[in-house]
Amino acid sequence: MALLAFHNITKRFGSLVANDDISFSLDRGEVIALLGENGAGKTTLMNILYGHYTADEGYIEVDGQKLPAGQTDAAINAGIGMVHQHFTLAENLTVLENIMLGTESLWSLGQKRAPAKAKLAQMSKDYGLKVNPDARIADLSVGERQRVEILKALYRDARVLILDEPTAVLTPQEADSLFKTLKSLTKEGFAIIFISHKLHEILAISTRVEVLRRGKIVGSIETEKADRKLLAEMMVGRTVERPVLEQMTIGKPIVELEDVSVEDKNKDTSGIPKLNQVNLTVHQHEIVGIAGVAGNGQSTLADLLSGLEKPDAGTFTLLGNAVTSASPADIVHRGVGRIPEDRHSSGVVGEMMLWENLISEDLRHAPVSKAGVLIDRKACLERANKLIDAFDIRCEGPEAETKLLSGGNMQKLILARALSPQPDFILANQPVRGLDEGAIAYVHGQLLAARKRGAAVLLISEDLDELFALCDRIAVMYHGNLTPSYDAKTLTTAEVGLMMAGTNHSEQTHSENTNHSVTTNSGNEEQPHAN
Amino acid sequence: MQIEPREHVAAWRIALAPVAAVFISLLIGSVLILWVGASVLEAYSLLVKGAVGSSFALTETLTRSIPLIFTGLAATIAFRAKFYNIGAEGQLYCGALAATFFGTGLITLPPLLMIPFLMLVGALAGGAALAVPVMLKTHLKVDEVVTTLLLNFVILLFVGYFLEGPLKDPMSMGWPQAEPIIDEGLFPSLVDKSRLHFGFVFAIIGSVLCWAMMRFTVWGYEIRAVGLNASAAKFAGINVNATVIRTALISGGLAGIAGVSEVAGLKGYLTLDISPGFGYTGIAVAMLAQLNPLAVILSALFISMIYVGADSMSRAINIPTYIADVLVGLSVLSILVSVMLTRYRVRFR
Repeated sequence: MALLAFHNITKRFGSLVANDDISFSLDRGEVIALLGENGAGKTTLMNILYGHYTADEGYIEVDGQKLPAGQTDAAINAGIGMVHQHFTLAENLTVLENIMLGTESLWSLGQKRAPAKAKLAQMSKDYGLKVNPDARIADLSVGERQRVEILKALYRDARVLILDEPTAVLTPQEADSLFKTLKSLTKEGFAIIFISHKLHEILAISTRVEVLRRGKIVGSIETEKADRKLLAEMMVGRTVERPVLEQMTIGKPIVELEDVSVEDKNKDTSGIPKLNQVNLTVHQHEIVGIAGVAGNGQSTLADLLSGLEKPDAGTFTLLGNAVTSASPADIVHRGVGRIPEDRHSSGVVGEMMLWENLISEDLRHAPVSKAGVLIDRKACLERANKLIDAFDIRCEGPEAETKLLSGGNMQKLILARALSPQPDFILANQPVRGLDEGAIAYVHGQLLAARKRGAAVLLISEDLDELFALCDRIAVMYHGNLTPSYDAKTLTTAEVGLMMAGTNHSEQTHSENTNHSVTTNSGNEEQPHAN
Repeated sequence: MQIEPREHVAAWRIALAPVAAVFISLLIGSVLILWVGASVLEAYSLLVKGAVGSSFALTETLTRSIPLIFTGLAATIAFRAKFYNIGAEGQLYCGALAATFFGTGLITLPPLLMIPFLMLVGALAGGAALAVPVMLKTHLKVDEVVTTLLLNFVILLFVGYFLEGPLKDPMSMGWPQAEPIIDEGLFPSLVDKSRLHFGFVFAIIGSVLCWAMMRFTVWGYEIRAVGLNASAAKFAGINVNATVIRTALISGGLAGIAGVSEVAGLKGYLTLDISPGFGYTGIAVAMLAQLNPLAVILSALFISMIYVGADSMSRAINIPTYIADVLVGLSVLSILVSVMLTRYRVRFR
């Protein structure tokens, strides 16, 4: 009998069928990878399993017992454990307290402490999940926090673990260690559902892949028989071309950062300077990649280049002119096209119409507005129609509400706004996060076309595959420091991984700039003090 | 019971929400009427009769709606930018005070210039009353709800000082009231033998202008963008602080004009009771209109109907006038629930 079985699950949201007659089962020791484009229905299915949604048709069985629909408690009691993409831990509590929270009654936290600690120690030992039970979450690394999340699920006697994009916040080394843990868990008889869009991880960890497309299972394949290309095609439904980096000679420098620092003005945080004496040059006809684990200063670098932050020290030169104040309008005006990290929170105003979001960067200029006062709706709609065609934005029309667009189409809208003025410099911060393969190829194609036309591109990404596929040079951010950039062709994933963890890239053989001292930039073992 | 978001919000639901809210508030209000021991149908028909049943009633209702339209617009514009101006009451008095200061003989112009001039100084005074709270908000992140609300009481005491001191009418026989506005500054009457004055026309024009500003201008775009998603607006290069300050000044200005219109249109002179809380009721007007400047007209008319009608209802049968406050309060609560129900569905199982 299968440990967990989905039987004909169907879930509709209005006219949209999010899950269409989904059936598959999962046995002890199996790792099922759930693969699918954004909006394919993976999250909906997991939400049904975890009791957040109720299926319109079908049911779920655990050990042959029907799972009551729509009850999270029942799911937890049946042994379903969820490890969320964004951790749900209280930072000011210890590991042990976080694990007990929500499982043990709040009245008995004191007495249950000792047995809980013993149970935790046993689990740590059994599954190789090393973590200090008395450490505060705030002091833990991201990889350790994820271990706590897994332990939390195991503490509740989970037998099926759901991991939603678990490697998004990990270095390659941390991801490897996670995979080792998962393998040892499957040996113990746990079953795992692994949600990811990173094909190489799915190939490395899963035993079987269930491919979802438009709410339906379109394929189920033993991982041994699968390869990257096949999975990508199953997921998208057609052949996917990988971008090719054309050989090009770089032109004049467009963006130059010299010893740029940005202080952390928030006294409550740990006091790590957000950017610490960063040096970076991006030339015409090149794409420079910034790697790094999330939260190491990439956002600040992006804010600086988007005009949201100003340098506290050092010089920021854009096309030969110094940038000294923070003004997004000025940055755009000087010829920077920006693709923000989070489309929903800073890219678009979801409740406004498509055409309105397309004009937000040049409101006070003709032809968008007359004399900077009256918006010329007709001209704007015309322009919107052109851009919708040119960038292939699938929508009901320029007057559709922006939040109704799919992730990929929303990103195309942002590309249309950022790239149509032919900017000299393009800042792309996580431009393909959460997008499906088709949309990813489109975004990458646009960045390569911009490189070809002579733009300088800075690509910030947590996905090393993406960086290696697109970038001429790669630099790594760690604790607000930026390493020198290295030629992507001579760099390996492992080397970048070590730099992401803060280890010095001491063999300077790859450095494109040999008189650059590496030690000033990275690998400083001493962590900045809290103040 | 489960609450799920709707994927698509149908237009008819949005249009129906205020209607449903009004209906629900009347329904709940009828419980109170029954409690007092009166007949619900009789009470409501007396209320409607008292509000629109005669030309006197109708003009009274229209007259009462004028300050409500202006304060409703003040709240609408500010709330659109998520600037929660709770101080329209104080700004109204500032506008009234400015109109009194300039309009009681300090300056004399022909009516065609005098009336716009008084409205202008009233608007400037109303805007000035919001200048400090908005600066505190944009520069020091001080919560504007607290500052604007508390400033109301400060302003009221300030006006009280003027009415007892420098601006006191020597002919008032000791009452705390200002000298009358000169004839050139008085709003012409709109209907003979009624109190309805030209302020109603100004209020309609004001609503249309606000609507046009929100819909067709860069300022309106910026106000909407900042209110809906300030970080996206900032990222796109919109000056968020400048937009919030501008919005606040417009909002305060509109509330100030409400004060000018009460002094120069209705009463003729400033007293401490020209507004029975028009500034606060304006918030209810704006909520009921779902922050749509044109719908503010309808919503202000409805609320003034309730107030005027409840007055005459309470004279006819033994129901306290406070029923009007209850009904208006209920309608605001109901609109909040109705609007939520346009976006979410509730499932029982």
